[in-house]
Amino acid sequence: MTLLNVENLSVTFPSRHGPQRVVRDVSFRLGRERLGIVGESGSGKSQTGRAILGLTPTSGTATADRLEFDGIDLRNASHAQWRKLRGARMSMVMQDPKFSLNPVMTIDRQLVEAARRITPNRAEARDKSLAMLEAVQIRDPARVMAAYPHELSGGMGQRAMIAMMLITEPDLLIADEPTSALDVTVQIEVLRILDDLVTSRGMGLIFISHDLRLVSSFCDRVLVMYAGRVVEELRAAELSQAKHPYTRGLMGCLPRIDGGTRPLPTLQRDEAWAR
Amino acid sequence: MVDTTSGEGHRGALPALAWKLVKIFASVALTFLGLLLVTFLIGRVVPVDPVLAVIGDRASQSVYDRVFIELGLDKPLYEQFWIYLQKILSGDLGTSFLTKKPIIDDIARVFPATLELATVAILIGTSFGIPLGVLAAVRQGRLSDQIVRVVGLIGYSAPIFWLGLLGLLVFYARLHWVAGPGRIDIGFEYSITSRSGLMLLDSAMQGQWGAFRNAFSHIILPASLLGYYSLAYISRMTRSFMLAELAQEYVITARVKGVAEWRIIWVHALRNAAVPLVTVVALSYAGLLEGSVLTETVFAWPGLGQYLTNSLQNADMNAVLGGTLVIGAIFVGLNLLSDLLYTLLDPRVRRR
Repeated sequence: MTLLNVENLSVTFPSRHGPQRVVRDVSFRLGRERLGIVGESGSGKSQTGRAILGLTPTSGTATADRLEFDGIDLRNASHAQWRKLRGARMSMVMQDPKFSLNPVMTIDRQLVEAARRITPNRAEARDKSLAMLEAVQIRDPARVMAAYPHELSGGMGQRAMIAMMLITEPDLLIADEPTSALDVTVQIEVLRILDDLVTSRGMGLIFISHDLRLVSSFCDRVLVMYAGRVVEELRAAELSQAKHPYTRGLMGCLPRIDGGTRPLPTLQRDEAWAR
Repeated sequence: MVDTTSGEGHRGALPALAWKLVKIFASVALTFLGLLLVTFLIGRVVPVDPVLAVIGDRASQSVYDRVFIELGLDKPLYEQFWIYLQKILSGDLGTSFLTKKPIIDDIARVFPATLELATVAILIGTSFGIPLGVLAAVRQGRLSDQIVRVVGLIGYSAPIFWLGLLGLLVFYARLHWVAGPGRIDIGFEYSITSRSGLMLLDSAMQGQWGAFRNAFSHIILPASLLGYYSLAYISRMTRSFMLAELAQEYVITARVKGVAEWRIIWVHALRNAAVPLVTVVALSYAGLLEGSVLTETVFAWPGLGQYLTNSLQNADMNAVLGGTLVIGAIFVGLNLLSDLLYTLLDPRVRRR
């Protein structure tokens, strides 16, 4: 079943040198599966995610031939329609909880605010919030609820963020570099929590990252983006058989634990990829 | 996995608070001491002979010498400062040469008028300035933003005495919407007993609603003008703080959560912008409390600004320095207050 259908999505920003298309004709379909989008900084992967949620910054414009979520055309969705979808049926985990959580509100207020999308009752929303914090393996949910974001470590903050985004049991979650700002030791832990929740609830997941190896171990399918374009789409298991020279180049740049080649090769770019 | 939270603030919160109060008190005392030193030195540096100010310029040399010693001017400077310090701390700011009354009494008489005017003005300035600033930020670059910009610019740049005269002409002389200069009509002046010196408060507490209405119609025009002036500044600052906050990631988070746009603006973003805004409002208020000479003159408002200008023109140094001290103390107090509010509004400052 197709949850999300994207055809020829483009995002354009004005710049000094005229309009700049940062996402160019991106097309893909997503079921209740885990799709990875990889690419370097500026490849348009984050803007793709934001455009799906209708959160393209006001200076930019997103266009598509088709942008459907569960049969709903998102291209001309009204304010009210977006509000009904966001939070309740689709949500997003961002990179750094230091910035993505409101610094002057307790976790309690921010979490309950999300929970009240599904339960208008305040006490019930609080119970749900506590349960959700437990589900992201926070051992002392009551204390975390009372805390302000700056009182939490990065790992804790990101779990609170995941709890906030999954509390309404959305159908689609976009995770935009959800572990890139975390310590390596915490990364795996947070990823496992995310994976468990997504799998057990049967959500569709778009996992955006620059970490090719992480994405391939975590997702079913991978889109490789370069200069705003999808240059290759493949099954995660078949990453080693990638055909596009950019993907192969990226693979070649990965350091190996057993030493291997040193210094690591530099990626040789071809102008033609960006065209 | 090590997942530490800095929760030690929950335990031992009380000693931390006490320690904080001690620190605040020490810094206030030190600031105040510096303020006293400055006013003291100004008093010694200005070319006004305090002896002549007391005895006039026709007294004989022997009288001059006697008063010179009585005033303690023969003693070394640090001793004079010590004496000055003791006098101030016991509430003695000296006697005015002009009114022949203790300066502390004079200030107690004129300051409530300024306090009342400034308070109503800052209430007007804040309650209009902040929403206008928020509106300008949300509709950045659009017509409403431009309108707020122009309205603010006029408030900031038009001379206040001109606006005052114009206001009196239109709203008092022509439209009869408000009362004219002064704090209250003569008829009501003695019907209320002065407790706080704040006419609105006194009349309301004594249930004299006629007097209250009258005092209100006197204060509303000058207070609106001063409020308009502070509105200009407050709305500009609100706009830029809000623009910074609305660009933050937590705003996107709130949108992703499906939070209503008004709630994102007025709860999520404004709550963050409120932190620096506290300082802006406090400083505006302090500026108003100095007493605005021009407004007080145009509206015959017997406040601190008028009193100080009068004293200055008559070389009444004791009164000028006393007034300076009071204004300095207000600044210190409001700074302290905004620091405390800061702590209240921003949880990140609390633990420091």
